[in-house]
Amino acid sequence: MTMLPPGADPSLAHGHTAIAEAEYVEVAAGGPLVTAKPRGMLRRGWEVFAESKLALIGLGIVVFMVLFCFIGPLLYHTDQVHTDLSQTLCTPSGKHPLGCDPVGYDVLGRLMIGGQTSLEVGFAAAIVSVLIGTLYGAISGFVGGTFDSLLMRIVDAGLSIPYIMVIIILSVIFHPSPAIMIFIIAAFYWLGVARLVRGETLTLRTREYVQAVKVIGGGRLRSVVRHIVPNAIGTIIVQATFAVADSILILSGLGFLGLGVNAPATDWGSMLSGGLQYMQGGNYWWLIYPAGLAIIITCIAFNFIGDALRDAFETRLQRR
Amino acid sequence: MVGYIVRRTLQALIVTFLVTLFTLLLVHLLPGGPIRGLLGPRATPAQIAYYDHIYGFDRPIWVQYGKWVWQLLHGNLGYSAKNNQTVTSEIAEYMPKTVVLALLGTAVSLIFGIPLGVYQAVKRYTFGDYALTGVSFIGYATPTFFVGLLLVQWFAISLHWFPPFAPNSTTVLGVLAQPQALVLPVLAYAFVLYALWSRYMRSSVMDNLVQDYVRTARAKGASERRVLWGHVFRNSLTAIVTLLGLSLPTLVAGAIFIEVVFNYPGMGLAFFNAAQNFDFETLLGFTIIATLATIIGNLLADIGYAVLDPRVRYS
Repeated sequence: MTMLPPGADPSLAHGHTAIAEAEYVEVAAGGPLVTAKPRGMLRRGWEVFAESKLALIGLGIVVFMVLFCFIGPLLYHTDQVHTDLSQTLCTPSGKHPLGCDPVGYDVLGRLMIGGQTSLEVGFAAAIVSVLIGTLYGAISGFVGGTFDSLLMRIVDAGLSIPYIMVIIILSVIFHPSPAIMIFIIAAFYWLGVARLVRGETLTLRTREYVQAVKVIGGGRLRSVVRHIVPNAIGTIIVQATFAVADSILILSGLGFLGLGVNAPATDWGSMLSGGLQYMQGGNYWWLIYPAGLAIIITCIAFNFIGDALRDAFETRLQRR
Repeated sequence: MVGYIVRRTLQALIVTFLVTLFTLLLVHLLPGGPIRGLLGPRATPAQIAYYDHIYGFDRPIWVQYGKWVWQLLHGNLGYSAKNNQTVTSEIAEYMPKTVVLALLGTAVSLIFGIPLGVYQAVKRYTFGDYALTGVSFIGYATPTFFVGLLLVQWFAISLHWFPPFAPNSTTVLGVLAQPQALVLPVLAYAFVLYALWSRYMRSSVMDNLVQDYVRTARAKGASERRVLWGHVFRNSLTAIVTLLGLSLPTLVAGAIFIEVVFNYPGMGLAFFNAAQNFDFETLLGFTIIATLATIIGNLLADIGYAVLDPRVRYS
């Protein structure tokens, strides 16, 4: 599980974007523009994104995984609540395409409900950590001075603690449900986001349009929420994409250690924790490959999307 | 330079203060407080109050903090009631073995990651580059423990090339005496780190290749070989130094999963066992040691970076 050391990532510098330009012109003209629609940053980003084959493959995989996990159980009915010891470790067959696990759950069906937990926690942890990290980083960078130094030392302190150790301790303390799991993972992940967004804010706050907000009497909150955050949105979205992959990996690690969600609920990592004990006993490939590949493929897909988004938002690379 | 080191050390001290404060708060997060954690769910309130008093948990938080830090400075990390030994002696027992695993794993990953990263940058957008990029993508997306599981499945169970378990010995020499058993854990450890180094080396070399000094060197007639290894390579390596300092948490995480998969008797496995036994003194002691190691690692990496790159000192 390689979580990028936060701060090692080169921050992306964005130009004065079309969104802000359009707003400015609109205000000056006193009405909507009649000329061609301004191409917003998001729209331009999408065009570059759509040109990347890997990005579309990644997006396709994510859509497939979501459908597989959330629509799949409606079409493929299995009992994922009651164990069935007569079916323990049954080999793959027509009735059980991917066999059964050590307590008789159908592995294909289990892959679906396990994926629900993994994807839900992954998305939610990413959203929570990106929201907190963005606000914290933007405010810290915008206010600056001693306040900024203090806030950043707190982030440094958090990042110095090997995250996996505290996450393990918190899981032991709280016997987490998926909802608590989201906050345990986010409790650490937001730190890296905060550092990145703060770096971005430092370059953005000196821009003329942010200065202009101050001149025309706009408050600090307005500057941060309406001008700095929207212009840092590229960095934020890219980070959010990687955050989903990392959260899924962290959750799978906890599940593997037996500290994940409680049975009969499961996630892809917890499914692997069972497989380990039976590996010595014979070739039970269906206990490790399906769940392991599901994790890898999903995370690769998010990394593809993240990389393509990074290129898309990197305005320096764009044709203007 | 001295000014930079002093400034950076002061920052590290502030961070250390915050970290110790945070770790102490973690003790108080335990449901019912640390004593209930120690005595178990059936302890009566009277018993808890009694031991709270003995252990000093009824004192104000800053008094507790002062006492705790004072003990920490004297090398007293607490006492593991479950293992009946001091946390310091546990660390003395397990840490050398984890250091061996981490050093070997990091060394192997650097030996592959750095040259292949340079190769990818030089031969960028060729088949070889894409293939290696694919490998790094898989490295980023694969949970560490799953790499371990696959290696065991393929090379230990199917092919019988290596034993499926790590060396089980109480001493470092005992561990090193079974190199066969060390191969799989070290490889699993190295694979995940490899992705990190090679990606950064690739982008760092590519950034450096377009710098003005490269053009100057070429204009002066330096050979491609000299430009690459004499100029670009040395400048790109500085990124790896910082990254090494920053990735200590990643190394720790790797150690925990690899040691659990291979049953390697190091700090990671001991940490995992402590988590299963609710042995919070051990958990917190190990966490604080790993954290202090990270802070010192970051500090050394920053100073090393300043030594290597004069521009950092004056910014």
